[in-house]
Amino acid sequence: MSIDHRKFSRRGVLAGTAAGALYLGAPSIIRAQTQSLKIAVLMPQSGYLAQAGQSCHRGALVSASVLAELGHKVELIHVDIESNPDVSRTQAERAINEGAQCIIGAFDSACTLAIAQVCEQRQVPLIVNIGAAPQLTEQGYKFLVRNFPTGGMLVSNGLKQIQALIDATKITPKTAVFLHANDNFGMAQRQGMDKVFPTSGLPFKLLESIPYDPKAQDLSVEVTRIRGLNPDLLLVVTRAADAIKLVRDIVRQKFQPMGIISPGAPGLYDEEFYKALGPLADYHIDAIPWANPKSKVTQTLEAAFKKEQPNFRFAVECFNVGFTFDALLIAADAFKRAGTATGPELMKALKATNLTDHAMIGPPIKFNDKGQNVDIPSSCVQNRAQTPTVVLPADVATMTPVLPEPPWQGRT
Amino acid sequence: MTAITLNVIVQGLLTGLVYGLMALGLSVIFGVMRVVNFAHGEFTVVAMYAAFVLFEGLHLDPLIALLPIAAVFFGIGYLLQRTLINPFVGRAEHEQFILLVGLATVIVNGLLLVFGPDARPINLSYSFDSYAVGSMFLDKVRVFAAIGALAVAAALLLFFRYTRTGTAIRACADNLTGAAVVGLDVKQLYAVTFGLGLACVGAAGTLMATIADASPSLAQAYTLLAFTIVIIGGLGSMVGALIGGILIGVSEALAGFYIQPSMKSMFSFALLIIVLVLRPQGLMGRRL
Repeated sequence: MSIDHRKFSRRGVLAGTAAGALYLGAPSIIRAQTQSLKIAVLMPQSGYLAQAGQSCHRGALVSASVLAELGHKVELIHVDIESNPDVSRTQAERAINEGAQCIIGAFDSACTLAIAQVCEQRQVPLIVNIGAAPQLTEQGYKFLVRNFPTGGMLVSNGLKQIQALIDATKITPKTAVFLHANDNFGMAQRQGMDKVFPTSGLPFKLLESIPYDPKAQDLSVEVTRIRGLNPDLLLVVTRAADAIKLVRDIVRQKFQPMGIISPGAPGLYDEEFYKALGPLADYHIDAIPWANPKSKVTQTLEAAFKKEQPNFRFAVECFNVGFTFDALLIAADAFKRAGTATGPELMKALKATNLTDHAMIGPPIKFNDKGQNVDIPSSCVQNRAQTPTVVLPADVATMTPVLPEPPWQGRT
Repeated sequence: MTAITLNVIVQGLLTGLVYGLMALGLSVIFGVMRVVNFAHGEFTVVAMYAAFVLFEGLHLDPLIALLPIAAVFFGIGYLLQRTLINPFVGRAEHEQFILLVGLATVIVNGLLLVFGPDARPINLSYSFDSYAVGSMFLDKVRVFAAIGALAVAAALLLFFRYTRTGTAIRACADNLTGAAVVGLDVKQLYAVTFGLGLACVGAAGTLMATIADASPSLAQAYTLLAFTIVIIGGLGSMVGALIGGILIGVSEALAGFYIQPSMKSMFSFALLIIVLVLRPQGLMGRRL
């Protein structure tokens, strides 16, 4: 075989080899000079956290168009982590190998911790959209920021909101019982409660903390126990299925507390809860971070959500959608300021974030040296006409709070 | 005894009767065929979903849907025994175990595919009502479910006591060789037995759907519960299954109330261990 020297000159071969070596040797530099940021969004779209994970996923899908409208250039890759930490680790590796320059995730703290280890090793920034375990920002990860409160912050802010609720409605509860799921999440809230409640200054006594088995098919025994204690307030940490069972048994046993309030847990604002209970779902309150209904960013997000996800209600999904959007906004904003997607440079820009306009209620988004945003306030969200509605703080509320709750009998 | 304690006991008893009916099906199948139905809980959940679908589609109250669902489950049980289970009767126990566990896995994943993981409640007009008896509150759904369970159990006991087929099935249970020798069609009787066992499960699941929300995640828990009840009551004893169900219902309720609600299940298993140690054949079972 003869070689065509017009195509393969020595100079050409040497130039090509040098270019190839430059590309292989410095891929991040070349990738970073792209025009858009490639973000992998890792969520539990299947498995036991599928409901919440799919809600976050819907938020990510809608965010792409909103971010484009705001002038940000991002390319999103959506990845299912199957509610499993091992799968999370593998998928994070795979996403980075396929060119992801930043990762958003992952709703579940155990999965997020697994992803954080990978991101730390590969020097790819991770922005936690939802995940309350304190370890995420206490273990010294340099490539992680979290725009979500820790478990302790959720309880502490939740209790502050309960005080604000008491002040606004002028109720005078003397006693309360705390009912929580006997799992990782419920126990973390219980620990937060045990630590924070004694010094919270709330005007009622906590009679008892009752753990329940989240796999129990009904909560009639628990409700009988609560009825025996007859507290004015019932503080609950539940998920949707448990919340349904709880309210059902409370109504059957004709127990009428002044209020059923959650100091920072899901369940009372799930679509499943509304569908199962109808008017009996109303007037319960969740003291939880929430989307700011008066923010222009939130209004733009809501309009896009209504258009792209007509089968779902933004009012119900805005917790998951709002936090996911804010995480993506943080990434896009940092990319714009950094002008590059190289890990260390992007991370530096992330740490310097000062984002005024965002979806969730609260001051500008900033991170401390551990990567934690410590300024995410809770708000009081009350179910009204089976729609979660912000009732406190007053500057972002769309209705005033109603307590004590109206009797069950009039509602059915 | 305080009114609240009595309330807890009565609620536990009412729930226990439905548990007992569920376990009755397992006891019938094992008592006659010596086959342990490891897919018992899964079939119960299928019945719950059947009640849910009939309620959502036709607004049929589960108390009315109970008979047709039980009849359909009888048919399913009959066919299952004739086709899948019969070749495994008399084979090694681990083979039966694997077959039925495999069947259980298929059922649960099928339910997840069709209905998803969310719990499905049946919201009857009286779901939130209760009877006030003194200072006790008895859930209407629980009272009706308990009455339904008693009625089905009584019908089954009468069937085995007073009908020719029932007597023939008891003969197979007592002496298989003798039954074959006198000309009883054992295969046919086994199929009827399995059908009856699943009919019980169908009835129990339908009643259970008024108390608990249907969800695939309940299946394993119900299988374990049914085994616990049957072992406590005595494998093969129908009355034992009912008594075991009541004991479990009441002990769980009392333990949950006086000790810790999250430890309810612990006490059922503690009771199981005590019975196994002190009376391994179960409360109403024959000595092994």
